[in-house]
This record gives sequence, structure tokens and C-alpha cells, in this order.
Amino acid sequence: MPTKIGYAAVLVVLAASAIAFAGPSGGSVTGKVTYEGTPAKQKPIDMSKEPSCAQQHPTPITTETVVVGPGNTLQNVVVYISAGAPDESSAPPQAVTITQKGCQYLPHVVPMVVNQELKVVNADQTSHNIHPLAKINHEWNKSQPPGTPPFSEKFDKPEFIPVKCNVHPWMHSTFVVLKTSRFAVTGETGGFTLPNLPPGKYTVTAWHESYGEQTQDVTIAGSETKSVNFVFKAKPY
Amino acid sequence: MRTTKLAKLCFSIAAVLTIPEMSSAQQMESHIGKLNGHSDAGKQLFYRYCWGCHGFRGDGMGENWLPTGSFMEPYLNIQPRNFTAATFKCRSTPTGTLPTDEDLYNAIKRGFVLSNMPSWITLTAQNRADLIAFIKTFSARWKNEKSGDPINIPPEPKLTVESIKHGQELFQKLECWKCHGQEGRGDGPSASTLTDSNDQPIRPYNFSVGSRFKCGATNQDLYKIFMTGLDGTPMPSFADVIKPDDAWDLVHFLRTLQDAYKSPELALWESTKEGAQQVAARKVSGTPTGSGFKQ
Repeated sequence: MPTKIGYAAVLVVLAASAIAFAGPSGGSVTGKVTYEGTPAKQKPIDMSKEPSCAQQHPTPITTETVVVGPGNTLQNVVVYISAGAPDESSAPPQAVTITQKGCQYLPHVVPMVVNQELKVVNADQTSHNIHPLAKINHEWNKSQPPGTPPFSEKFDKPEFIPVKCNVHPWMHSTFVVLKTSRFAVTGETGGFTLPNLPPGKYTVTAWHESYGEQTQDVTIAGSETKSVNFVFKAKPY
Repeated sequence: MRTTKLAKLCFSIAAVLTIPEMSSAQQMESHIGKLNGHSDAGKQLFYRYCWGCHGFRGDGMGENWLPTGSFMEPYLNIQPRNFTAATFKCRSTPTGTLPTDEDLYNAIKRGFVLSNMPSWITLTAQNRADLIAFIKTFSARWKNEKSGDPINIPPEPKLTVESIKHGQELFQKLECWKCHGQEGRGDGPSASTLTDSNDQPIRPYNFSVGSRFKCGATNQDLYKIFMTGLDGTPMPSFADVIKPDDAWDLVHFLRTLQDAYKSPELALWESTKEGAQQVAARKVSGTPTGSGFKQ
């Protein structure tokens, strides 16, 4: 019972802070990302060469090049303000974390702001090497054996960087390094919200690792909420 | 016949028109000990000796190389270095940083074992320094950034059987064998899946084929290879995860994997019962990277 009260208290505090955060600087963009057509069928991953990971997945996981939800929604889409937002003077103080667990990258797509701290964690009983194939930023490649502490890195230029583990060729992720902290990643519902937008004209970009990017222009007046939806054409291959 | 001549003429004109334009873009220097290299001098050498493989624009797309899957088989099975990316395998500096001038100078002098890059000891030291200066004109990174600080390499401790044994434990624990194989023959379970940063297939190093490594032949060179990683390849940096003493133990063990080169490490290892048994049990042929190798 006391725990329940504790939870309630936490919820109240969270709600209050959320309201305070949304505060006076009003407008927002909200919407949904869906697909039409037939997306590529995802293939099961054979992890038999890495038993310590295979046993973490009673049913084999599949590749994640296209992840969909009920009602044709599209997951792992990064939606962000690509133009119109004021320049940000500094990166957010909190770190973004990517965890290697069960020979998978969690989360699959990792958005972050230029110069924001990225924390890399290995929660597995096997060695991983984390290898961002950067072209604009510096390419680096670091080994992380089991039990070694997390390490931190940062990227100083905006770029979409494919990431792989060379030891486990099925592991793929993308570091999305943005100029702005106004971004969201779609989950199962395909929904996103970009809050706290001062009045003005914005370009909203939606990026998906297999289907590329789409942009839409939107004008926010006062504290209104504008609806912007994206529909990607899915290809069956 | 006429067409070929005409084509050659057109090409020469194009080359003459383009080269000065590129060089005027920037001037670079290199400093290796007392040597000072200049890109103007290096340019002449590059377009005489290097561009057939490294390409007119230094992008590694010379006529001797074609990517996997092109309409013709390439002459070279490893893509020549793309200088426009400014990513280099053999460095004394941490992963993600630019190498020192000396690192690049040594690479030209040494050549790359198991690839088509020969040793350029036929050129003078000044020539090599000039080439390094010119290579640096291909990427703006050389203007905007400094080379990384070379990693610290403590003096090599005395070779002992214990240090070889501990090195072997590390080889297991750090899972070097996943790519390099239990016997260091480049045939580990992940070996066949490896690609470099340009999506070209790449082989893990096969220790049994000789005495030289990709980045030199000494124990210090070997230490540097796994501590700095070979940027642009699947070989990661272990600098953050191996202590210097442990790193030397690993060096001692890796030397015992070189069947074709009787190093002091291998001799000591074979003098022990355990080591002798392990060496005797190794396969003798039929590996992905050492197809012609007989023991």
C-alpha cells in the first residue's frame, strides 16, 4: 500500500513538472507516421554462434530494417525540426544511452544532439565492438568486452551514422546526430509530439532507415497544436 | 589506333588542366624528424608512382582497382587507401584521430603485407616526406585538426612462460578468436562476415603466414595495432579495456601463433610441455587466408 501511494506521489510530481515544462511557450506539432503498401518481411536472426545471446531470445528475434505496429503504423522513425528552430547554444546535459543486450542494440535508432554525451553499455556476456561508420564525423571502433564499464563519446557534426558490431554481423543501429533537440522517435503507435515550439515557420522532417526522409512545412501561431502526418511508401523488398 | 591516340591526347590535356587546379587548393607540409616534406614536390611523385592505384583524386579508385560486383574483376583485392576520408589503419594515435606524419611515412617505407602496397624504399627519404605532405592535401581534416597524441607504450617486460599463458587467457577472454580463430589463422566464426567501412569484404589477419603484421614487424608494432585499432576495418581499439601489462602478455602470446617465424616467444612456448602439445596440435593447411601455406 505505501508503495502505491509512493507511485501516486511520483506521478503527481511528474505530471506537475510536465505541465510546468509545457508552460507558456506554447505551440506544438503532433502526428502519426504510417505506411502504405507491403513492407519487407523481416528475417529471423540466427544467433546460434553466440549461445549467451541466443538463450535470451526464446523465440528468435528478427531483423529491424522495418518495424511496424497495428494499423499500419511505422516505428523507429525520427521526426525532427530540420529548419526554423532557433540555434541551440549547448547540448543537453543528460547523456543518451545505447545498450548492447542479447546481441541487439537498444534502442535500435539513437537520436542525439551535436556534442551530447553518448553512453555505450555492454550488458552481455560476450565481447562487442561498437563501430560507427561515420563519414563526416570521425570514424572510430572500440572493443567492449563483458564486464567493462560503459564509455562515453560524442559527435561534433550532424550526421546519420550507421553503426555495426563486426563480431555479430546482424547487429545494426543508427546514430542520428541532429542540430536540434526538438526530435521524437515513433513507437508502436507511430505517434509523435514536438512540444514547446514558439510561433513561427518550421520544416518537419521524418526519417526512416529503409524508406528515407520526407519533409513538411508547418506554421505555428500562438499556442496552437498543428497536426502533421507522414505516410511512407513501403516496398516489399 | 587513331582513336586510342586521340583518347590519350584528350586524357593528357584533361590531366594537365586538372592537376594544377587541385594543387592550388592547398599547400601542405610534413615533418618527420629532421625531414620537411612539401606537397608541391610530392604531387609530381604521386602522379608518377601512386595514382594508378590510389586514383587521380586520391580516393582509392585508381584504374587498378574496381569494387566488388563491378562488370570486371579487379586487379587488386583490397581497395587502395582513400585519402579523401583521412582514415588510416596504421597509427600510433587513438582510434578516431589522425595519424602522425611519422606513422604515414613508416607506412610508405614499410608497405602493407598481404596487400598490393609495396615497400617504397626505392624512393629517397625526402621523396617519402614530400608524398606524405601531398597526401594531406586530399582531406580538409589535415587543415582543421591536429594529429592525435601517440599512445603511451611502457617498456616491454621480460618474456616468461607465465606471460604467454596469461596472454592466451586474454585471447580467450577478449574473444580475439571470434575473428582470428583459436589458432590465429583468420578463420574464426565471424571471419567470413567481415566487411570494411566501404562494405568490401576483408579478412582478419592470419598470424601463421609470416613474421610481419599489417603495421610493422616488432613487438611494439603489435602492441600498437590492438591498442589503437585499425580504423576503417573491423579491428577495434582495446586501449580502454586492456592494461599495459596485460597488453604485453597478449603480445607475447600472439607471437607464438606465428608458425612460420620462430620467434623467441614461440621457442620458449615450445620448450614447455603444454606449449609444445598445443603447437603440435595445430592444423597445417587449408585456411581461408593461407591457402598456399605448408608447414
